[in-house]
Amino acid sequence: MNPYNYLYVAGLLFTIGAIGVVVRRNAIVVFMCIELMLNAANLTLVTFARINGTLEGQVTAFFTMVVAACEVVVGLAIIVTIYRSRRSASIDDASLLKR
Amino acid sequence: MVFTTPVLNYAQLSPILIVLAGAVIGVLIEAFAPRNARHNSQMFISLLSLVSAFAATVSIRKQAGVDAAMNSVAFDGAAFLIQATILIIAVLAVFLIADQENFTALAAAIPGSQEERESLQKDLRVTEVYPLTLFAVAGMLLFPIATDLITLFVALEVLSLPLYLMAGLSRRRRLMSQEAALKYFLLGAFSSAFFLFGIAYLYGYSGTITLSGIQQSIVGGSGNDVFLLLGIAFLSVGLLFKVGAVPFHAWSPDVYQGAPTAITGFMAAATKVAAFGAILRIFYVAFANAEWQWRPALVIVAIITMLFGSVVAITQRDVKRMLAYSSIAHAGFLLAGVIALNKSGLDASIFYLFAYGIATLGAFAIVTLIRDAAGEVTDLNRWSGLGKRSPLTASVFALFLLTFAGIPLTSGFIGKFSIFSAAYQSGSTAILITGVLSSAIAAFFYIRVIVLMFFKDPVEDGTSVVLPSALTAIAIAIAAVVTIVLGIFPAPLLSFIESTAFFIR
Repeated sequence: MNPYNYLYVAGLLFTIGAIGVVVRRNAIVVFMCIELMLNAANLTLVTFARINGTLEGQVTAFFTMVVAACEVVVGLAIIVTIYRSRRSASIDDASLLKR
Repeated sequence: MVFTTPVLNYAQLSPILIVLAGAVIGVLIEAFAPRNARHNSQMFISLLSLVSAFAATVSIRKQAGVDAAMNSVAFDGAAFLIQATILIIAVLAVFLIADQENFTALAAAIPGSQEERESLQKDLRVTEVYPLTLFAVAGMLLFPIATDLITLFVALEVLSLPLYLMAGLSRRRRLMSQEAALKYFLLGAFSSAFFLFGIAYLYGYSGTITLSGIQQSIVGGSGNDVFLLLGIAFLSVGLLFKVGAVPFHAWSPDVYQGAPTAITGFMAAATKVAAFGAILRIFYVAFANAEWQWRPALVIVAIITMLFGSVVAITQRDVKRMLAYSSIAHAGFLLAGVIALNKSGLDASIFYLFAYGIATLGAFAIVTLIRDAAGEVTDLNRWSGLGKRSPLTASVFALFLLTFAGIPLTSGFIGKFSIFSAAYQSGSTAILITGVLSSAIAAFFYIRVIVLMFFKDPVEDGTSVVLPSALTAIAIAIAAVVTIVLGIFPAPLLSFIESTAFFIR
């Protein structure tokens, strides 16, 4: 199978994620869309590792997973704190700073 | 597949390792030390590790090479200068952070709850902020010296993740502070996804993840140019977000306003130095031969950034938001140094980063001093007549504003002059004209604040200038002295940077 097809899939996933970040209003869903974008990048990396015949892409994908896990820890901590003080995880409600 | 044992040059990695060790010790203190012993020991550990990291950086300044960690980091003149700048700024930032009046007593407590009141009564301290600062500093030290894409990405996250948390630690207006943390986190993670996607395409283009390998592929010209363009574009989005360039600036006014002021100062100064260090290395080393692919776009971004930052700053009524827009404008000026793409552009950028970083920290330190019963007063109207109430504080703030405006006899003038002359040498006349024009616009609102402080009558609404704590006073004094000295005698530092700064490939 032509490996370039995976690049199209990854590009599609990335776009879906990016659109989701822009249009969705729940902080958790926005965060999931960001994770989707990271996974699209991972798929791209692994595909290129296959196309180029080198290993660095796969190694990078592993690092990305670790970093994404750290991001989940920090991100959920922030979102849960916001939820506890406002009883809402909507990013439209968080607008004290808008002028 | 043959695996080779990695060879590490611990001497060249020592600044980063020392800071990380300090951070880990800080976490252990958090876990095991009794509560009332934590603050002083954390502060001591932080300052000790930052100062010894600075000493380590200075002691290895003559070394250069890319073999410190299996071609993952490069140590060269520019790396030394950027790292030293970050460490100096970090020490001053720790001085400000030590004034815990800024920070919440217990970050996990719900605002307005019984738990929060109890923690305030017990006078708890958020000592976690010290290890978080050190982790962020370690990421910042690694970011500008990384020469492969994995290290670059990991360093970006190591510097960002602690900052997201630190933005939410404000003592007063906690909902706003938490909101700042959420916005910073979501937009930061969004931009790092773009950054990573760019990495993937650069890897696809060149088949390697080292900056020098990418440069060789560009020179060879055998790869698929679409991949290169996508890679440069997405990577640049991530980098430009970190420095707050238009159109990726939306987070910075909100985060600057919501975060505790000491953290805002640290973030505004040190993050910008680290991110521009990395941008300079990436564009000068990896993308230099593909300048036709990125330079026109970057010129447009720089022009919009300078004009937008300067124009929108005029309408701001909040001093922290005003400084945020001013830092956006400064990001545009610094991009001029990247676009110059010559040796004098590199020298000028490093000088500008140093001068700007120190002055920014000083300006935010002054903001922490203007308070009323409910905390810091950031509304500019209430700053009127400050010069009559406290001439010294107002004069020092005016000095920092004049630096930002680039008035002669301050470090900002020398920085702007050298960066614009570098841009002019490289033929970017458009940058030069917009730069001078937006400096003039910016000067208008800086001077408006000075007029407000000195020539209006004070309003009696409980706004007062508190006496700075010893460490804050030292930080402000150092920032003010550096600003004046670099404005009057810039030659020693300029020639030192000129003889030192270079990128190893």
